[in-house]
Amino acid sequence: MTYAISDMPPRAATHGFPCFVGIDLGSTTSKAVVLDEDGRILGRGITNSRSNYDLACRIARDEAFVDAQMTRLARELAADPVVEPHVSVLRPSVERSFRYRQHVRQLATLRRVCFELAAGQGTLEGALAAIFDEMEREAETMFSGLRPRPSSEFFRDVAGGQFQALAEKIAAERRVPFETVVGVLDRAMPRVENEPDDLSFEGNARDALGRALGRYAKRSDVLSAAVSAALDRVIAEPPFVVRSVGTGYGRARLPFPKEQIRSEILCHGLGAHATFPQTRTVLDIGGQDTKAVQVDADGVVTGFQMNDRCAAGCGRYLGYVADEMGLGVHELGPLAAQASHRVRISSTCTVFAGAELRDRLALGEKREDILAGLHRAILLRAMSLLARSGGVREELTFTGGVASNQAAVAALRELVDEHYGEGRSEPLRINVSPDSIFTGARGAALFALRGPAAGPARGEKMS
Amino acid sequence: MATPVSTQSTSSAPRRPEEIAKACEAIAFDVSFAPVRAWKERTGRKAIGFLPIYGPREIVTAAGMLPVAVMGGGDRVEIVRGDAYFQSYLCQLPRSTIELALGGQLDVLDGMLFPATCDVLRNLSGMWRMSFPDKLVRYLDFPHDHRPLVGMRFWENDLRALAHDLGALSGIVPDETALARSIALYDENRALLASLDALRVEAPHRAPIAEVYALVRAGAVLPVEEHSVLVREYIAAAKAADRAPRDHARVLVVGAFCEQPPIGLLVTLERAGCYVVGDDLCLATRLVGEQVATEGVPPFASLARAWVEKARPTASRYLPNEEKGRWLVDRCRALRADGVVLAAPSFCDPALLEQPMLQTALDRAGIPHTCFKYAENTAQLQPIYEQAGTFSDSIRLFTEAA
Amino acid sequence: MSTRDTEGGHVPKEPSMIKQKELLSAYYDRLVAAPQTGQKVVYTFVPGNLTELLLAFDVLPVLPEINALQSAMRGRSGDFIAEAERAGHSEDVCSYVKCDLGMLRAKSGPTGKPLPPPDLLLLSYTGCFTFMKWFELLKQEFPKAEVAMLHVPYQADGVVTPEMRQYVLAQLREEVVPKLERITGKKLDEDRLRELMEKSALAEDDFVAVLEAGKKKPSPIDGYFGAVFYIAPLFSAFRGTDDGVAYYRLLREEVEQRAAEGRGPITPLGQLDDQRIRLVVEGPPCWTSFRELWSMFAAEKAVVVASTYCKVGGLYDTGFRHDPRRPFDSLADYCLGCYTNLSLPSRTDLVARYVREYQADGFLVHSVKSCNSFSAGQLLMLRSLEKKTGVPGGFLESDLVDPRYFSGANVKNRLESYFQMLLARRGAAAERAAEVTP
Repeated sequence: MTYAISDMPPRAATHGFPCFVGIDLGSTTSKAVVLDEDGRILGRGITNSRSNYDLACRIARDEAFVDAQMTRLARELAADPVVEPHVSVLRPSVERSFRYRQHVRQLATLRRVCFELAAGQGTLEGALAAIFDEMEREAETMFSGLRPRPSSEFFRDVAGGQFQALAEKIAAERRVPFETVVGVLDRAMPRVENEPDDLSFEGNARDALGRALGRYAKRSDVLSAAVSAALDRVIAEPPFVVRSVGTGYGRARLPFPKEQIRSEILCHGLGAHATFPQTRTVLDIGGQDTKAVQVDADGVVTGFQMNDRCAAGCGRYLGYVADEMGLGVHELGPLAAQASHRVRISSTCTVFAGAELRDRLALGEKREDILAGLHRAILLRAMSLLARSGGVREELTFTGGVASNQAAVAALRELVDEHYGEGRSEPLRINVSPDSIFTGARGAALFALRGPAAGPARGEKMS
Repeated sequence: MATPVSTQSTSSAPRRPEEIAKACEAIAFDVSFAPVRAWKERTGRKAIGFLPIYGPREIVTAAGMLPVAVMGGGDRVEIVRGDAYFQSYLCQLPRSTIELALGGQLDVLDGMLFPATCDVLRNLSGMWRMSFPDKLVRYLDFPHDHRPLVGMRFWENDLRALAHDLGALSGIVPDETALARSIALYDENRALLASLDALRVEAPHRAPIAEVYALVRAGAVLPVEEHSVLVREYIAAAKAADRAPRDHARVLVVGAFCEQPPIGLLVTLERAGCYVVGDDLCLATRLVGEQVATEGVPPFASLARAWVEKARPTASRYLPNEEKGRWLVDRCRALRADGVVLAAPSFCDPALLEQPMLQTALDRAGIPHTCFKYAENTAQLQPIYEQAGTFSDSIRLFTEAA
Repeated sequence: MSTRDTEGGHVPKEPSMIKQKELLSAYYDRLVAAPQTGQKVVYTFVPGNLTELLLAFDVLPVLPEINALQSAMRGRSGDFIAEAERAGHSEDVCSYVKCDLGMLRAKSGPTGKPLPPPDLLLLSYTGCFTFMKWFELLKQEFPKAEVAMLHVPYQADGVVTPEMRQYVLAQLREEVVPKLERITGKKLDEDRLRELMEKSALAEDDFVAVLEAGKKKPSPIDGYFGAVFYIAPLFSAFRGTDDGVAYYRLLREEVEQRAAEGRGPITPLGQLDDQRIRLVVEGPPCWTSFRELWSMFAAEKAVVVASTYCKVGGLYDTGFRHDPRRPFDSLADYCLGCYTNLSLPSRTDLVARYVREYQADGFLVHSVKSCNSFSAGQLLMLRSLEKKTGVPGGFLESDLVDPRYFSGANVKNRLESYFQMLLARRGAAAERAAEVTP
């Protein structure tokens, strides 16, 4: 069974806590942002887009609601003088417990599905059992707060990575072919992702809270009662979706009326404006495309340029490069930052990426130096789009998946200074938000807040 | 800042050919146009740029200015703003040219001539007018009608109007006498380049393509007299140098008349076993290879006639009836070329549309050929090395077997 | 041009559409029958076409660009292009040329039946270098055909000088007319030429009235997608004919009626009366996805009020008419004045003028991979126009007839973003105005 997108919005509530939802269905990730009536961010959710936009959209939105409820709970707690001093410790703890619960539930499903697939194959079952036992043990510490949170938050990546690492060891010990063990995982994962499970705030919060409180110092009854009451209040007033607006690559898939679909260009412009109100130019480098957007003082788009049909120089290109080097995409930036010099790369064509890379490696160039060149080459393409759209005159906000790559940001910084920095008393400001990936969804949510008339951005309270 | 450029040997010992080529390279590929700046400072005069495939340099010189052939930025400029002016499906040369202009490197040029090479360069003339309104901009509309009283007359009028405009800029309006003097200087240069070509045909191992190319291309930015001195010096040095011939195939390179391949590509061809005995590289300064001055014809008229009657057949000229194919076959025979490398810039409509016609002519004549596309900043030379190597091997095996 | 695109939908047909279809189909019948009837055939191009002169000799013009675009609208261009690429043509080059050559190699024609071979290749080289290569290639396919070259000098300085006109006139008299006389065995009848030109001017007046109806609100025409059909007879074989005069009279009456009733043009999604966005478009259409692209405009209630593409066969709306009193001069001026022969600054000025005079909300540049003559410099035009008009420009990329270069998702994304941007800006402007006057 799969989720149908027409299930949305899930709660047909006509009362409750009013909120506004923006959904950004990207080519690699789907994002959701929930705002309150004042335009403040309540929650964010993200998941990988998979091949199933409907499901991705649902999961991202559910995640955002969980996050929103957490925020509301934190607000309730902060309002209580008894609990307030503890909020800064409690909230992360509750979240961790909650994630742990979600993780454990999904892990149980994965285990079940894997055993179904491996049924009757004794040695394989044995290996799987050993793997899962270990994964379950690891899960405890993963969410204990003693270790940093996993860098990639998708279950697929977290559990998949663990499984592979363990499978390498255990398959060898038990003389089961590694490919067979991993093959089970590959078949099981899509089923797990497509299987419905109650990951909602309402269904899991109380338990998570109990666990968090249990872990939190000596449990005080007064504190416990106050927190429990706050949770009751939050649950009693479920979120009520006043309006949703969709954007992104897959936006046409959303079952919204036409006026609730907005181009991602407009959403990125407005989202960036909300995050950094002095923004006049937005550069967004996503998986499939790159956009350069100019906005006015109200966040209204005044011009834009997009790459042509070729995905050269987009996030996907970095993906190819990472594959070619046998690295994860998130490892590219840090590696490039270690470069001692920069190899000049002429083609950011995804088709030639492999060939050019092999050529360079064969010539004895170091990986980090090649990567430094590649990052510059990608940003050079972006610079052209920026120039086409009207250039950089004031604050520039860099968004999209590639904005979280430090080498890309450094290359942009350098190029903007080279090309637009001359004669300025201080360098042009470049904004990168840690939540930059949510920029489009935030813009969409702001459009939702504004109502069907989709008037301009005026008078909204921005965080 | 202009860097001092030495075009001539300072010591009394004659320079070796590779030393001359090295000096030429520094002049030819300097995207800051330091040699032109130096010339302007020295003389206090102006410089006029022109794009491939042709500029009437004789008139520019007669007007007291320095003609400079601008052939893009090659692989020496990083393109940012250029891509903001040109879509991905247009060739590279105009992109890097505008990049240089916006970067200030072309400020040294007081005017720019845009020949009717193709639609892209034609439109670039309009872009120049819009972007650099203070500079002189002229479009050179070559006649495709070749009758003396029709096309040639139109072209001669155009050249006279150009002389007038250039004169207004420099203060020296060239008359027939001044033009005759200028034509004589260029005719001398053409004769020297013809001897250089003859040397390549006789003994290609004495004049490697990378050296020849740098030498020829230095002529794009140097005053013609200075260039002639260099060519003369190089020919003598190359003849005297001790260089052993190798078992290479002799090839003609065709299609690089406008956007130039990177020099690394030419080196790669030779390294892969191909002696380039003829080419249409750097055509901007070599479109007319024959002597322009004509007995009994006034200078402006002879210059007009040179385009119509003496310009090399090339893709930018309209010549029906397979004239260009026949010309190529004849040229192969004259240069004793074993085969033809059809090298065309990516997205170049004239060169690429011409290719199948040339291939047909070569097939009929039984002349082997191979083709590839390049851009002025092509960095991947390995595939070209493989292709040229295979081509050279197949030719040599074929000739040995024959 | 093909009417296939209007056949598919359930859109009412107007009398002018039916008339055009009849005219064109009768013309193709005459062409196909030429080898039997002995009528001579001349291949030539739309920009700078010399239809009156050809008809004065009773020869039948064939326009290879139209063959290519018709093949595209019938969904055949992809195969034809593949055929030409198999024969050695590069993926990089003009798809009109490849489509035409592929069609010849496939022994086919724009309507499926092969066209007769040319007796004369009349290369009226106006504003497109690729035409020259095209005719060199055609000459290779038809070695027996006579070739006449008419080199029309480019308006690089934005003006036609006496020397330029003189050059064209000399070629007309010394190259084109003698070759036409040779292939037909007839002397030129100048009275006949004058008569034809009189009729041309009549049709041209009506045609201009049709285009200028785009200034009305709502616009009764679509000046880009719709205009492609309006230009077909005038830019091809029907200038100077009674049929041409009748067609444009009928069309003008229809458009005027439509305007009087406040009706919009008929689009693939039906009649567009409620027009939210008025646009000027620069650049040729994408023939392979013509209807799909038009629908994307119509779905957003966007109407094109003026375009440059419908000026490639003559800039009639700036005052040019064929003039029976000076037939040769007006042929020369016609060729020199086609949109394709204008410099980039002149093209920019013209679009700016359209934006003003047609009260457009925005302008869109459609850049096609094939056509360097149009495309090179369009990005600068875009920026310069934004400055000149204060109106934001949009930018689309695809191709003329190569289906590989139309990415529906990309085009739709850009187009929607652009339309939404225009509306958002309009909303913002309205709100600012409201703040000033409460």
